[in-house]
Amino acid sequence: MKQSTLIWTILMVAGGAFLLFQASKGNGRVYVREIPVEAQASQPEGEEQVYRWTRYQQVTEAEKGEPDVRFSLSRTLGLWVAAFSTLAIFSFLYGDNPIYKFTESVFVGVSAAYAMVVAFWTEIMTNLYAKLLPGLARITFYPDIDSTARPDYLYLIPLVLSILLLWRLSPKGSWIARWPLAFFIGATAGIRLISYLETDFVGQLQSTVMPFIVFASDGSLLWIKSLRNTIFIVGVVSCMIYFFFSIEHEGVVKYISRLGIWFLMVTFGASFAYTVMGRIALLSGRLVFLFNDWLGI
Amino acid sequence: MKRTIPLLISAITGFVLIGTAFIPLFVDWGNIAMSWFNLLAAFAFILGGGNLLKMQLQKISAQQPGWGYAAVTLIAFFITLFVGLAKVGVHPNVKFPEFAWSGDYLQEDGVFWWLFEYIFTPLSATMFALLAFYISSAAFRAFRAKNTEATILLIIAVIILLGRTYASVWLTGWFPDEFIIGESGIKYSDFNLQNLSEIIMEDFTTPGMRAIKIGIALGVASTSLKVLLGVDRSYLGSDQEA
Repeated sequence: MKQSTLIWTILMVAGGAFLLFQASKGNGRVYVREIPVEAQASQPEGEEQVYRWTRYQQVTEAEKGEPDVRFSLSRTLGLWVAAFSTLAIFSFLYGDNPIYKFTESVFVGVSAAYAMVVAFWTEIMTNLYAKLLPGLARITFYPDIDSTARPDYLYLIPLVLSILLLWRLSPKGSWIARWPLAFFIGATAGIRLISYLETDFVGQLQSTVMPFIVFASDGSLLWIKSLRNTIFIVGVVSCMIYFFFSIEHEGVVKYISRLGIWFLMVTFGASFAYTVMGRIALLSGRLVFLFNDWLGI
Repeated sequence: MKRTIPLLISAITGFVLIGTAFIPLFVDWGNIAMSWFNLLAAFAFILGGGNLLKMQLQKISAQQPGWGYAAVTLIAFFITLFVGLAKVGVHPNVKFPEFAWSGDYLQEDGVFWWLFEYIFTPLSATMFALLAFYISSAAFRAFRAKNTEATILLIIAVIILLGRTYASVWLTGWFPDEFIIGESGIKYSDFNLQNLSEIIMEDFTTPGMRAIKIGIALGVASTSLKVLLGVDRSYLGSDQEA
Protein backbone atom coordinates (compact mmCIF):
# COMPACT_ATOMS: atom_id res chain seq x y z
CA MET A 1 0.00 0.00 0.00
CA LYS A 2 1.27 3.47 -0.92
CA GLN A 3 2.15 5.75 1.99
CA SER A 4 -0.37 8.44 0.94
CA THR A 5 -3.15 5.82 0.62
CA LEU A 6 -2.29 4.50 4.09
CA ILE A 7 -2.41 7.99 5.60
CA TRP A 8 -5.76 8.75 3.97
CA THR A 9 -7.20 5.38 5.05
CA ILE A 10 -6.14 6.04 8.67
CA LEU A 11 -7.65 9.55 8.47
CA MET A 12 -10.93 8.24 7.03
CA VAL A 13 -11.22 5.46 9.65
CA ALA A 14 -10.42 7.92 12.45
CA GLY A 15 -12.96 10.41 11.05
CA GLY A 16 -15.61 7.70 10.75
CA ALA A 17 -14.97 6.51 14.31
CA PHE A 18 -15.23 10.09 15.57
CA LEU A 19 -18.53 10.52 13.73
CA LEU A 20 -19.94 7.32 15.22
CA PHE A 21 -18.82 8.47 18.68
CA GLN A 22 -20.51 11.87 18.20
CA ALA A 23 -23.68 10.22 16.85
CA SER A 24 -23.80 7.85 19.84
CA LYS A 25 -23.73 10.93 22.12
CA GLY A 26 -26.89 12.18 20.39
CA ASN A 27 -25.26 14.85 18.22
CA GLY A 28 -26.34 15.38 14.63
CA ARG A 29 -30.02 14.92 15.49
CA VAL A 30 -32.79 17.36 14.76
CA TYR A 31 -35.84 17.82 16.97
CA VAL A 32 -39.11 19.45 15.98
CA ARG A 33 -42.17 20.73 17.76
CA GLU A 34 -45.53 19.47 16.49
CA ILE A 35 -47.94 22.30 15.80
CA PRO A 36 -51.46 21.11 14.98
CA VAL A 37 -53.21 23.15 12.30
CA GLU A 38 -56.98 23.33 12.03
CA ALA A 39 -58.57 25.12 9.10
CA GLN A 40 -62.17 25.60 8.03
CA ALA A 41 -63.29 25.58 4.43
CA SER A 42 -63.35 29.09 3.00
CA GLN A 43 -66.63 28.71 1.10
CA PRO A 44 -69.50 29.26 3.57
CA GLU A 45 -72.22 27.96 1.21
CA GLY A 46 -70.57 24.56 1.02
CA GLU A 47 -70.70 21.79 3.60
CA GLU A 48 -68.85 22.91 6.73
CA GLN A 49 -65.70 20.90 6.86
CA VAL A 50 -62.64 21.11 9.09
CA TYR A 51 -59.23 20.19 7.76
CA ARG A 52 -56.47 19.10 10.13
CA TRP A 53 -52.77 18.54 9.64
CA THR A 54 -49.56 19.03 11.58
CA ARG A 55 -46.77 21.55 10.99
CA TYR A 56 -43.28 21.00 12.38
CA GLN A 57 -41.06 23.70 13.79
CA GLN A 58 -37.38 23.04 14.42
CA VAL A 59 -36.29 23.45 18.04
CA THR A 60 -32.95 23.38 19.82
CA GLU A 61 -31.63 20.20 21.38
CA ALA A 62 -32.20 21.68 24.85
CA GLU A 63 -35.96 21.52 24.25
CA LYS A 64 -36.04 17.86 23.29
CA GLY A 65 -37.59 16.69 26.58
CA GLU A 66 -40.60 19.00 26.26
CA PRO A 67 -44.06 17.71 25.33
CA ASP A 68 -44.90 17.89 21.59
CA VAL A 69 -41.19 17.85 20.77
CA ARG A 70 -40.02 14.79 18.89
CA PHE A 71 -37.10 13.49 16.87
CA SER A 72 -37.36 14.34 13.13
CA LEU A 73 -35.98 11.61 10.91
CA SER A 74 -36.33 13.58 7.65
CA ARG A 75 -34.54 16.66 8.99
CA THR A 76 -31.84 14.56 10.68
CA LEU A 77 -31.29 12.76 7.40
CA GLY A 78 -31.16 16.16 5.69
CA LEU A 79 -28.55 17.39 8.17
CA TRP A 80 -26.32 14.38 7.47
CA VAL A 81 -26.82 14.68 3.70
CA ALA A 82 -25.89 18.39 3.88
CA ALA A 83 -22.82 17.58 6.01
CA PHE A 84 -21.56 14.83 3.71
CA SER A 85 -22.26 16.99 0.64
CA THR A 86 -20.21 19.79 2.20
CA LEU A 87 -17.34 17.39 2.91
CA ALA A 88 -17.63 15.95 -0.61
CA ILE A 89 -17.20 19.40 -2.15
CA PHE A 90 -14.27 20.17 0.15
CA SER A 91 -12.66 16.90 -0.96
CA PHE A 92 -11.82 18.70 -4.23
CA LEU A 93 -9.06 20.48 -2.31
CA TYR A 94 -7.20 17.15 -2.24
CA GLY A 95 -7.85 16.61 -5.95
CA ASP A 96 -10.55 15.71 -8.45
CA ASN A 97 -12.24 12.53 -7.22
CA PRO A 98 -15.42 10.48 -7.84
CA ILE A 99 -17.13 11.67 -4.65
CA TYR A 100 -16.71 15.31 -5.69
CA LYS A 101 -17.86 14.56 -9.24
CA PHE A 102 -20.95 12.76 -7.95
CA THR A 103 -21.89 15.64 -5.65
CA GLU A 104 -21.19 18.19 -8.37
CA SER A 105 -23.50 16.30 -10.74
CA VAL A 106 -26.24 16.27 -8.10
CA PHE A 107 -25.74 20.01 -7.59
CA VAL A 108 -26.04 20.73 -11.33
CA GLY A 109 -29.24 18.69 -11.62
CA VAL A 110 -30.85 20.14 -8.49
CA SER A 111 -29.87 23.73 -9.38
CA ALA A 112 -31.27 23.53 -12.92
CA ALA A 113 -34.53 22.02 -11.73
CA TYR A 114 -34.74 24.47 -8.81
CA ALA A 115 -34.45 27.45 -11.19
CA MET A 116 -37.11 25.93 -13.43
CA VAL A 117 -39.53 25.27 -10.57
CA VAL A 118 -39.11 28.79 -9.16
CA ALA A 119 -39.65 30.30 -12.63
CA PHE A 120 -42.70 28.08 -13.13
CA TRP A 121 -44.48 28.99 -9.89
CA THR A 122 -43.45 32.64 -9.60
CA GLU A 123 -43.85 33.75 -13.21
CA ILE A 124 -45.51 31.25 -15.52
CA MET A 125 -48.33 30.26 -13.19
CA THR A 126 -48.80 33.63 -11.47
CA ASN A 127 -48.41 35.96 -14.45
CA LEU A 128 -49.41 33.84 -17.43
CA TYR A 129 -51.76 31.04 -16.40
CA ALA A 130 -53.63 33.20 -13.87
CA LYS A 131 -53.93 36.07 -16.37
CA LEU A 132 -55.09 33.92 -19.31
CA LEU A 133 -57.33 31.51 -17.39
CA PRO A 134 -58.34 33.26 -14.14
CA GLY A 135 -61.42 31.03 -13.65
CA LEU A 136 -59.44 27.83 -13.85
CA ALA A 137 -56.60 29.31 -11.78
CA ARG A 138 -59.12 30.20 -9.04
CA ILE A 139 -60.40 26.64 -8.65
CA THR A 140 -56.94 25.06 -8.81
CA PHE A 141 -53.93 26.96 -7.46
CA TYR A 142 -54.99 30.52 -6.65
CA PRO A 143 -58.36 30.60 -4.83
CA ASP A 144 -57.76 34.22 -3.79
CA ILE A 145 -58.17 35.49 -7.37
CA ASP A 146 -61.10 37.88 -7.71
CA SER A 147 -64.15 36.00 -9.10
CA THR A 148 -64.88 38.90 -11.47
CA ALA A 149 -61.44 38.70 -13.09
CA ARG A 150 -61.57 38.32 -16.87
CA PRO A 151 -58.96 36.71 -19.12
CA ASP A 152 -56.31 39.14 -20.36
CA TYR A 153 -55.77 37.98 -23.93
CA LEU A 154 -52.83 40.34 -24.37
CA TYR A 155 -50.82 37.66 -22.57
CA LEU A 156 -51.23 35.38 -25.58
CA ILE A 157 -48.37 37.36 -27.15
CA PRO A 158 -45.76 36.39 -24.51
CA LEU A 159 -47.17 32.84 -24.60
CA VAL A 160 -46.54 32.63 -28.35
CA LEU A 161 -43.11 34.26 -27.95
CA SER A 162 -42.25 31.74 -25.20
CA ILE A 163 -43.26 28.80 -27.39
CA LEU A 164 -41.09 30.24 -30.17
CA LEU A 165 -38.23 30.50 -27.68
CA LEU A 166 -38.56 26.81 -26.79
CA TRP A 167 -38.46 26.04 -30.51
CA ARG A 168 -34.71 26.57 -30.15
CA LEU A 169 -34.48 22.96 -28.94
CA SER A 170 -35.97 21.69 -32.19
CA PRO A 171 -33.52 20.49 -34.87
CA LYS A 172 -35.46 22.32 -37.63
CA GLY A 173 -36.62 25.93 -37.76
CA SER A 174 -34.67 27.04 -34.70
CA TRP A 175 -34.20 30.47 -36.36
CA ILE A 176 -37.74 31.30 -35.23
CA ALA A 177 -36.35 31.58 -31.69
CA ARG A 178 -34.69 34.81 -32.86
CA TRP A 179 -38.01 36.65 -32.52
CA PRO A 180 -38.41 36.21 -28.75
CA LEU A 181 -34.65 36.62 -28.41
CA ALA A 182 -34.90 39.95 -30.25
CA PHE A 183 -37.66 41.04 -27.85
CA PHE A 184 -35.45 40.01 -24.94
CA ILE A 185 -32.38 41.83 -26.29
CA GLY A 186 -34.39 44.93 -27.21
CA ALA A 187 -36.03 45.10 -23.77
CA THR A 188 -32.69 44.60 -22.01
CA ALA A 189 -31.04 47.29 -24.14
CA GLY A 190 -33.90 49.75 -23.55
CA ILE A 191 -33.99 49.21 -19.79
CA ARG A 192 -30.23 49.23 -19.33
CA LEU A 193 -29.63 52.29 -21.50
CA ILE A 194 -31.85 54.52 -19.39
CA SER A 195 -31.06 53.03 -15.98
CA TYR A 196 -27.27 53.08 -16.46
CA LEU A 197 -27.25 56.61 -17.87
CA GLU A 198 -29.47 57.81 -15.05
CA THR A 199 -27.77 56.20 -12.06
CA ASP A 200 -24.24 55.38 -13.16
CA PHE A 201 -23.51 58.30 -15.46
CA VAL A 202 -25.55 61.37 -14.50
CA GLY A 203 -25.85 60.31 -10.85
CA GLN A 204 -22.14 59.65 -10.41
CA LEU A 205 -21.14 62.86 -12.20
CA GLN A 206 -23.56 64.84 -10.05
CA SER A 207 -22.04 63.38 -6.88
CA THR A 208 -18.56 64.29 -8.07
CA VAL A 209 -19.38 67.97 -8.59
CA MET A 210 -18.30 69.37 -5.21
CA PRO A 211 -16.27 72.36 -4.00
CA PHE A 212 -12.47 72.08 -3.87
CA ILE A 213 -12.33 74.48 -0.91
CA VAL A 214 -14.87 74.15 1.88
CA PHE A 215 -15.60 76.84 4.47
CA ALA A 216 -17.47 76.46 7.74
CA SER A 217 -20.49 78.65 8.55
CA ASP A 218 -18.23 81.01 10.56
CA GLY A 219 -16.02 81.50 7.48
CA SER A 220 -13.07 79.39 8.66
CA LEU A 221 -11.42 77.01 6.23
CA LEU A 222 -12.25 73.32 6.68
CA TRP A 223 -8.96 72.08 5.32
CA ILE A 224 -9.48 68.36 5.97
CA LYS A 225 -12.81 68.39 4.12
CA SER A 226 -11.22 70.49 1.35
CA LEU A 227 -8.32 68.05 1.04
CA ARG A 228 -10.69 65.06 0.89
CA ASN A 229 -12.83 66.72 -1.79
CA THR A 230 -9.73 67.58 -3.82
CA ILE A 231 -8.41 64.00 -3.58
CA PHE A 232 -11.82 62.73 -4.64
CA ILE A 233 -12.18 64.98 -7.70
CA VAL A 234 -8.56 64.44 -8.77
CA GLY A 235 -9.10 60.67 -8.38
CA VAL A 236 -12.20 60.55 -10.57
CA VAL A 237 -10.72 62.84 -13.25
CA SER A 238 -7.38 61.03 -13.40
CA CYS A 239 -9.09 57.62 -13.67
CA MET A 240 -11.36 58.95 -16.43
CA ILE A 241 -8.32 60.29 -18.29
CA TYR A 242 -6.66 56.88 -17.99
CA PHE A 243 -9.77 55.31 -19.61
CA PHE A 244 -9.75 57.91 -22.43
CA PHE A 245 -7.85 56.29 -25.25
CA SER A 246 -8.74 58.78 -28.02
CA ILE A 247 -5.68 60.86 -27.14
CA GLU A 248 -2.15 59.57 -26.83
CA HIS A 249 -0.94 59.20 -23.25
CA GLU A 250 2.07 61.50 -23.60
CA GLY A 251 3.35 64.48 -21.63
CA VAL A 252 0.99 65.76 -18.91
CA VAL A 253 -1.71 63.22 -19.86
CA LYS A 254 0.77 60.40 -19.21
CA TYR A 255 1.38 61.58 -15.63
CA ILE A 256 -2.30 62.13 -14.93
CA SER A 257 -3.22 58.72 -16.29
CA ARG A 258 -0.43 57.21 -14.17
CA LEU A 259 -2.06 58.77 -11.13
CA GLY A 260 -5.35 57.28 -12.36
CA ILE A 261 -3.74 53.83 -12.45
CA TRP A 262 -2.65 54.26 -8.81
CA PHE A 263 -6.20 55.17 -7.79
CA LEU A 264 -7.47 52.13 -9.69
CA MET A 265 -4.88 49.91 -7.96
CA VAL A 266 -6.18 51.14 -4.60
CA THR A 267 -9.71 50.28 -5.78
CA PHE A 268 -8.70 46.82 -6.96
CA GLY A 269 -6.73 46.14 -3.77
CA ALA A 270 -9.76 47.03 -1.63
CA SER A 271 -12.12 45.02 -3.86
CA PHE A 272 -9.80 42.04 -3.66
CA ALA A 273 -9.67 42.29 0.12
CA TYR A 274 -13.47 42.41 0.30
CA THR A 275 -13.78 39.41 -2.02
CA VAL A 276 -11.37 37.41 0.14
CA MET A 277 -13.30 38.40 3.26
CA GLY A 278 -16.59 37.39 1.65
CA ARG A 279 -15.29 33.96 0.73
CA ILE A 280 -13.70 33.47 4.15
CA ALA A 281 -17.04 34.40 5.75
CA LEU A 282 -18.76 31.73 3.62
CA LEU A 283 -16.08 29.22 4.56
CA SER A 284 -16.46 29.98 8.24
CA GLY A 285 -20.23 29.60 7.79
CA ARG A 286 -19.71 26.10 6.42
CA LEU A 287 -17.28 25.24 9.21
CA VAL A 288 -19.76 26.50 11.82
CA PHE A 289 -22.38 24.28 10.19
CA LEU A 290 -20.10 21.22 10.29
CA PHE A 291 -18.74 21.69 13.80
CA ASN A 292 -21.71 23.30 15.49
CA ASP A 293 -24.94 22.18 13.78
CA TRP A 294 -23.76 18.73 12.76
CA LEU A 295 -21.13 17.57 15.24
CA GLY A 296 -22.33 19.69 18.15
CA ILE A 297 -18.78 20.58 19.17
CA MET B 1 -37.79 37.56 -42.62
CA LYS B 2 -35.16 35.68 -40.66
CA ARG B 3 -33.27 38.88 -39.83
CA THR B 4 -35.52 41.86 -40.57
CA ILE B 5 -38.40 40.97 -38.23
CA PRO B 6 -36.10 40.33 -35.22
CA LEU B 7 -34.36 43.66 -35.88
CA LEU B 8 -37.73 45.43 -35.91
CA ILE B 9 -38.90 43.64 -32.76
CA SER B 10 -35.77 44.59 -30.83
CA ALA B 11 -35.82 48.21 -32.07
CA ILE B 12 -39.52 48.75 -31.27
CA THR B 13 -39.28 47.11 -27.83
CA GLY B 14 -36.09 48.97 -26.93
CA PHE B 15 -37.28 52.41 -28.05
CA VAL B 16 -40.67 51.97 -26.33
CA LEU B 17 -38.84 51.19 -23.07
CA ILE B 18 -36.54 54.18 -23.60
CA GLY B 19 -39.63 56.26 -24.31
CA THR B 20 -41.11 55.39 -20.89
CA ALA B 21 -38.55 57.75 -19.36
CA PHE B 22 -39.70 60.68 -21.53
CA ILE B 23 -43.29 60.06 -22.72
CA PRO B 24 -46.01 59.40 -20.09
CA LEU B 25 -48.13 57.48 -22.66
CA PHE B 26 -45.37 54.89 -22.96
CA VAL B 27 -45.27 54.13 -19.22
CA ASP B 28 -48.09 51.55 -19.40
CA TRP B 29 -46.58 49.99 -22.50
CA GLY B 30 -43.27 49.82 -20.68
CA ASN B 31 -44.89 48.00 -17.73
CA ILE B 32 -46.51 45.49 -20.11
CA ALA B 33 -43.19 44.95 -21.91
CA MET B 34 -41.50 44.37 -18.54
CA SER B 35 -44.06 41.72 -17.52
CA TRP B 36 -43.57 39.99 -20.89
CA PHE B 37 -39.81 40.22 -20.38
CA ASN B 38 -40.10 38.48 -17.00
CA LEU B 39 -42.26 35.75 -18.55
CA LEU B 40 -39.77 35.16 -21.33
CA ALA B 41 -36.97 35.05 -18.75
CA ALA B 42 -38.94 32.34 -16.91
CA PHE B 43 -39.31 30.37 -20.14
CA ALA B 44 -35.58 30.83 -20.74
CA PHE B 45 -35.02 28.76 -17.57
CA ILE B 46 -37.13 26.00 -19.12
CA LEU B 47 -35.06 26.32 -22.29
CA GLY B 48 -31.92 26.00 -20.14
CA GLY B 49 -33.31 22.90 -18.44
CA GLY B 50 -34.25 21.42 -21.81
CA ASN B 51 -30.77 22.09 -23.12
CA LEU B 52 -29.21 20.44 -20.06
CA LEU B 53 -31.45 17.43 -20.63
CA LYS B 54 -30.46 17.23 -24.30
CA MET B 55 -26.71 17.45 -23.57
CA GLN B 56 -26.80 14.87 -20.77
CA LEU B 57 -28.89 12.45 -22.83
CA GLN B 58 -26.44 12.78 -25.72
CA LYS B 59 -23.59 12.02 -23.31
CA ILE B 60 -25.36 8.93 -22.00
CA SER B 61 -26.41 7.59 -25.40
CA ALA B 62 -22.87 8.02 -26.78
CA GLN B 63 -21.48 6.47 -23.56
CA GLN B 64 -18.89 9.24 -23.37
CA PRO B 65 -16.36 9.15 -20.50
CA GLY B 66 -18.19 10.12 -17.30
CA TRP B 67 -21.64 9.30 -18.68
CA GLY B 68 -22.57 7.88 -15.28
CA TYR B 69 -22.31 11.37 -13.78
CA ALA B 70 -24.62 12.62 -16.55
CA ALA B 71 -27.13 10.01 -15.38
CA VAL B 72 -26.75 11.25 -11.78
CA THR B 73 -27.41 14.81 -12.98
CA LEU B 74 -30.55 13.70 -14.80
CA ILE B 75 -31.88 11.73 -11.83
CA ALA B 76 -31.31 14.70 -9.49
CA PHE B 77 -32.90 16.99 -12.10
CA PHE B 78 -36.05 14.90 -12.54
CA ILE B 79 -36.56 14.26 -8.84
CA THR B 80 -36.27 17.97 -8.01
CA LEU B 81 -38.47 18.95 -10.93
CA PHE B 82 -41.17 16.46 -9.99
CA VAL B 83 -41.35 17.31 -6.30
CA GLY B 84 -41.28 21.03 -7.11
CA LEU B 85 -43.98 20.99 -9.76
CA ALA B 86 -46.21 18.48 -7.97
CA LYS B 87 -45.78 20.30 -4.61
CA VAL B 88 -45.04 16.99 -2.91
CA GLY B 89 -45.57 17.21 0.86
CA VAL B 90 -47.03 20.72 0.68
CA HIS B 91 -50.11 21.43 2.79
CA PRO B 92 -52.89 23.66 1.44
CA ASN B 93 -53.08 27.35 2.27
CA VAL B 94 -54.69 27.74 5.73
CA LYS B 95 -57.19 30.25 4.30
CA PHE B 96 -58.30 27.84 1.56
CA PRO B 97 -57.84 24.32 2.97
CA GLU B 98 -60.27 22.76 0.47
CA PHE B 99 -57.90 23.65 -2.39
CA ALA B 100 -55.22 20.99 -2.10
CA TRP B 101 -52.79 22.82 -4.43
CA SER B 102 -53.09 26.26 -2.87
CA GLY B 103 -50.01 25.94 -0.60
CA ASP B 104 -46.69 27.65 -1.27
CA TYR B 105 -44.30 25.48 -3.29
CA LEU B 106 -41.42 26.32 -0.88
CA GLN B 107 -43.46 25.61 2.25
CA GLU B 108 -41.44 24.27 5.19
CA ASP B 109 -41.68 20.48 5.44
CA GLY B 110 -42.40 20.05 1.74
CA VAL B 111 -39.99 17.79 -0.16
CA PHE B 112 -38.91 20.66 -2.42
CA TRP B 113 -38.07 22.72 0.69
CA TRP B 114 -36.04 19.75 2.00
CA LEU B 115 -34.03 19.63 -1.23
CA PHE B 116 -33.51 23.39 -1.11
CA GLU B 117 -32.54 23.44 2.58
CA TYR B 118 -30.35 20.35 2.73
CA ILE B 119 -28.88 20.03 -0.77
CA PHE B 120 -29.10 23.24 -2.80
CA THR B 121 -28.16 25.72 -0.05
CA PRO B 122 -25.21 23.81 1.49
CA LEU B 123 -23.82 22.84 -1.90
CA SER B 124 -23.98 26.35 -3.37
CA ALA B 125 -22.49 27.88 -0.20
CA THR B 126 -19.69 25.30 -0.12
CA MET B 127 -18.92 25.79 -3.82
CA PHE B 128 -18.36 29.50 -3.19
CA ALA B 129 -16.54 28.82 0.09
CA LEU B 130 -14.13 26.60 -1.84
CA LEU B 131 -13.02 29.71 -3.70
CA ALA B 132 -11.57 31.05 -0.42
CA PHE B 133 -8.73 28.56 -0.75
CA TYR B 134 -8.07 29.28 -4.41
CA ILE B 135 -8.30 33.05 -4.02
CA SER B 136 -5.81 32.87 -1.12
CA SER B 137 -3.41 30.71 -3.09
CA ALA B 138 -3.74 33.01 -6.13
CA ALA B 139 -3.06 36.02 -3.91
CA PHE B 140 0.02 34.34 -2.46
CA ARG B 141 1.40 33.79 -5.97
CA ALA B 142 0.30 37.07 -7.54
CA PHE B 143 0.98 39.50 -4.71
CA ARG B 144 4.61 40.30 -5.29
CA ALA B 145 5.75 43.89 -4.91
CA LYS B 146 7.36 43.93 -8.36
CA ASN B 147 6.54 47.54 -9.24
CA THR B 148 4.76 50.60 -7.83
CA GLU B 149 1.28 49.52 -8.94
CA ALA B 150 1.64 45.99 -7.52
CA THR B 151 3.02 47.41 -4.25
CA ILE B 152 0.03 49.77 -3.89
CA LEU B 153 -2.38 46.87 -4.54
CA LEU B 154 -0.62 44.67 -1.98
CA ILE B 155 -0.45 47.33 0.76
CA ILE B 156 -4.09 48.41 0.33
CA ALA B 157 -5.36 44.81 0.34
CA VAL B 158 -3.44 44.09 3.56
CA ILE B 159 -4.68 47.29 5.25
CA ILE B 160 -8.31 46.58 4.31
CA LEU B 161 -8.08 42.92 5.34
CA LEU B 162 -6.56 43.79 8.70
CA GLY B 163 -8.66 46.93 9.19
CA ARG B 164 -11.94 45.10 8.93
CA THR B 165 -11.03 42.40 11.45
CA TYR B 166 -10.16 42.28 15.13
CA ALA B 167 -6.49 42.33 14.11
CA SER B 168 -6.78 46.09 13.63
CA VAL B 169 -7.68 46.59 17.30
CA TRP B 170 -4.94 44.23 18.41
CA LEU B 171 -2.24 45.81 16.23
CA THR B 172 -3.09 49.51 16.25
CA GLY B 173 -5.83 49.96 18.83
CA TRP B 174 -3.30 51.49 21.22
CA PHE B 175 -2.71 54.59 19.02
CA PRO B 176 -3.30 57.56 21.38
CA ASP B 177 -6.37 59.73 20.99
CA GLU B 178 -4.25 62.91 20.90
CA PHE B 179 -3.72 65.59 18.25
CA ILE B 180 -0.58 65.16 16.14
CA ILE B 181 0.21 68.87 15.66
CA GLY B 182 -1.49 71.37 17.97
CA GLU B 183 -5.23 71.62 17.30
CA SER B 184 -4.91 70.48 13.67
CA GLY B 185 -7.91 68.14 13.90
CA ILE B 186 -5.84 65.07 13.08
CA LYS B 187 -5.23 62.54 15.82
CA TYR B 188 -2.85 59.60 16.05
CA SER B 189 -5.89 57.32 16.40
CA ASP B 190 -7.11 58.47 12.98
CA PHE B 191 -4.32 56.32 11.54
CA ASN B 192 -5.14 53.06 13.26
CA LEU B 193 -5.92 50.30 10.75
CA GLN B 194 -9.67 50.51 11.24
CA ASN B 195 -9.85 54.26 10.53
CA LEU B 196 -7.23 54.01 7.79
CA SER B 197 -9.28 51.37 5.96
CA GLU B 198 -12.32 53.65 6.21
CA ILE B 199 -10.35 56.63 4.82
CA ILE B 200 -9.10 54.44 1.95
CA MET B 201 -12.62 53.20 1.19
CA GLU B 202 -14.19 56.67 1.27
CA ASP B 203 -11.52 58.85 -0.32
CA PHE B 204 -9.48 56.60 -2.61
CA THR B 205 -11.59 53.56 -3.54
CA THR B 206 -14.80 55.47 -4.25
CA PRO B 207 -13.23 57.71 -6.97
CA GLY B 208 -11.85 54.62 -8.72
CA MET B 209 -15.21 52.84 -8.51
CA ARG B 210 -16.98 55.96 -9.71
CA ALA B 211 -14.76 56.25 -12.78
CA ILE B 212 -15.31 52.55 -13.55
CA LYS B 213 -19.09 52.98 -13.19
CA ILE B 214 -19.12 56.00 -15.50
CA GLY B 215 -17.10 54.00 -18.04
CA ILE B 216 -19.47 51.03 -17.78
CA ALA B 217 -22.53 53.30 -18.17
CA LEU B 218 -21.12 54.84 -21.34
CA GLY B 219 -20.24 51.37 -22.66
CA VAL B 220 -23.71 49.99 -21.92
CA ALA B 221 -25.39 53.01 -23.53
CA SER B 222 -23.34 52.77 -26.72
CA THR B 223 -23.76 48.98 -26.98
CA SER B 224 -27.52 49.28 -26.41
CA LEU B 225 -27.82 51.92 -29.13
CA LYS B 226 -25.80 49.76 -31.53
CA VAL B 227 -28.15 46.83 -30.88
CA LEU B 228 -31.33 48.90 -31.20
CA LEU B 229 -30.20 50.63 -34.39
CA GLY B 230 -29.23 47.29 -35.92
CA VAL B 231 -25.50 48.08 -36.12
CA ASP B 232 -24.67 45.15 -33.85
CA ARG B 233 -26.53 42.05 -35.07
CA SER B 234 -24.32 39.38 -33.47
CA TYR B 235 -27.21 38.14 -31.30
CA LEU B 236 -29.04 36.97 -34.44
CA GLY B 237 -26.39 34.35 -35.16
CA SER B 238 -25.43 33.27 -38.65
CA ASP B 239 -27.64 32.99 -41.74
CA GLN B 240 -26.77 29.31 -42.05
CA GLU B 241 -28.73 28.44 -38.90
CA ALA B 242 -31.40 25.78 -39.42
